[in-house]
Amino acid sequence: MIKDLFNKNKKKYATVNLSINETSQKKPAPNKISKEPVEKVKKEKELKRLSARYRINKLVDEGTFIEYDANLMASNPLNFPNYADKVTDAIEKSNEKEAVITGEGKLQGQSCILCVMNSEFMIGSMGSVVGEKITRAIEKAIEKRLPVIIFTASGGARMQEGILSLMQMAKTSAALARLSEAGLLYISVLTDPTTGGVTASFGMLGDIILAEPGALIGFAGPRVIEQTIKQKLPQGFQRSEFLKEKGFVDEIVAREDMKLVLSKILKMHTYGGEACE
Amino acid sequence: MNNTLEFEKPINELENKIIELKQFADENSVDLTNEINILIKKLEAMKKEVYENLKPWEKVKLARFQERPTTLDYIKRLISDFTEFHGDRFFGDDSSIVGGIGMFEGLPVTVIGHQKGKDTKENIKRNFGMPHPEGYRKALRLMKQAEKFKRPIITFIDTPGAYCGLSAEERGQGEAIAVNLVEMSRLKTPIISIVIGEGGSGGALALGIADKVCMLENSIYSVISPEGLSSILWKDANLAQKAADIMKLTAEDLLSLNVIDSIIKEPIGGAHKDIDFTVNNIKQYLLNEIKTLKELDLEELLNKRYEKVREIGVWE
Repeated sequence: MIKDLFNKNKKKYATVNLSINETSQKKPAPNKISKEPVEKVKKEKELKRLSARYRINKLVDEGTFIEYDANLMASNPLNFPNYADKVTDAIEKSNEKEAVITGEGKLQGQSCILCVMNSEFMIGSMGSVVGEKITRAIEKAIEKRLPVIIFTASGGARMQEGILSLMQMAKTSAALARLSEAGLLYISVLTDPTTGGVTASFGMLGDIILAEPGALIGFAGPRVIEQTIKQKLPQGFQRSEFLKEKGFVDEIVAREDMKLVLSKILKMHTYGGEACE
Repeated sequence: MNNTLEFEKPINELENKIIELKQFADENSVDLTNEINILIKKLEAMKKEVYENLKPWEKVKLARFQERPTTLDYIKRLISDFTEFHGDRFFGDDSSIVGGIGMFEGLPVTVIGHQKGKDTKENIKRNFGMPHPEGYRKALRLMKQAEKFKRPIITFIDTPGAYCGLSAEERGQGEAIAVNLVEMSRLKTPIISIVIGEGGSGGALALGIADKVCMLENSIYSVISPEGLSSILWKDANLAQKAADIMKLTAEDLLSLNVIDSIIKEPIGGAHKDIDFTVNNIKQYLLNEIKTLKELDLEELLNKRYEKVREIGVWE
């Protein structure tokens, strides 16, 4: 199965070498790809952000994903000007109805609840729907006694839903408190970008917090900080490697290793799902 | 920040006119009682007209007004034997959040709140009420202490937001806020939160998960500042007024969105015009709510707290 990971769609993954300096994270590119023209490899580098659907397909065992609440859609509770159009555009652009996909699937045979945010949908911003879908998924995990994995990718709370978006931070965090009380595992995987209200709620609440290499992770966005302190930020500031150094990320995991690492961790936790061997 | 509010100018002018007229009458021994009374009536009508119809942007200004009472002003008047406690036990003390214990009407309580300064010098010390992670961690430490000794917790919310700077990021601003959200949602003691001025985003929410949440009449609570919203969405911070009009950030808005439980009346013109009036209303509110909350058993308390945030959100 791991072999599959390398064979399928490798163009989207393998040579990316996600622009970080840490040599320990660099994986030697598989031969075939490294023989490709340099230009092509460079081009692929820009495909840094993956769609949620693509991620799920790469991650879960084939045919095992059952999506939850696929039809939940944003309304416009504040009558915010142009919001409805923005949502329509985002639906068209991303081919998804909202900024998170939630559901249940298997990772190397082990069941888990999976929530994957979609940066293609209004930069993954969290409004009522994102908060509700994630909360429902967590509650489902408690009911079914399954571990939860959330892949974050978000610019933060969705401004067009105002205070209701802010309160989704409270809602998801309260649900995670219950998950934790139930003794269940929660892994957050921070991907580029994870900022604002998502960092300041479920992003930073994993029992185990993993990050993809080179991802922007922070509370305030870099632009806001630069405006506040009126100076340029040092290179690498708020990147995964920086957060690991400061003690806020357990481990940085390359994309091609993610399924394996997650499966290993799931295997070491005995809750629910399929029996491990 | 200045000491006059734009929308109060006509009121101030009329007030000055009345004072002048009174002086003139005294100095020249003429009877202007009728004229003065007419003006006083006009003033009262004008005040009513202005203050009862404040636009969102005017409320933003009022909520941020330099003279508006702060957390320590309320603590001084509501809590006896208040003892302030400092520090998060890990990094340092953040004076943009104050907290401690004291007696509220015969009951030991823990009180925590954002603290703005009264002038520029104090504001620099208080970082304009914008906490670093250690501020939130201090708050959590004091809340856990309250839980251990079964004291109700009162939080006062008044911040432009959590501080956005290098040091705050390095020390985990996001993590500090997130942990407070989780812990407050399951803290085994009653919590009441009152927004007294500015409820700025996650930095406000980190003290705001509670069994009862209320707002002073002229306070605001929002996902981002109007300036922030207008600069991000319209690339122009000068459109903040327009942003304030549409983002639904007044106490009335939040009540109608079911995000808060009630609104505490302020005197005409705002909390600072008659702080004792405001304090008395807060006291009555707290007395009622603490009494009700203390009657709930723990499981019911926590379930209700969960349901309260669980229900927030609108979708299709």
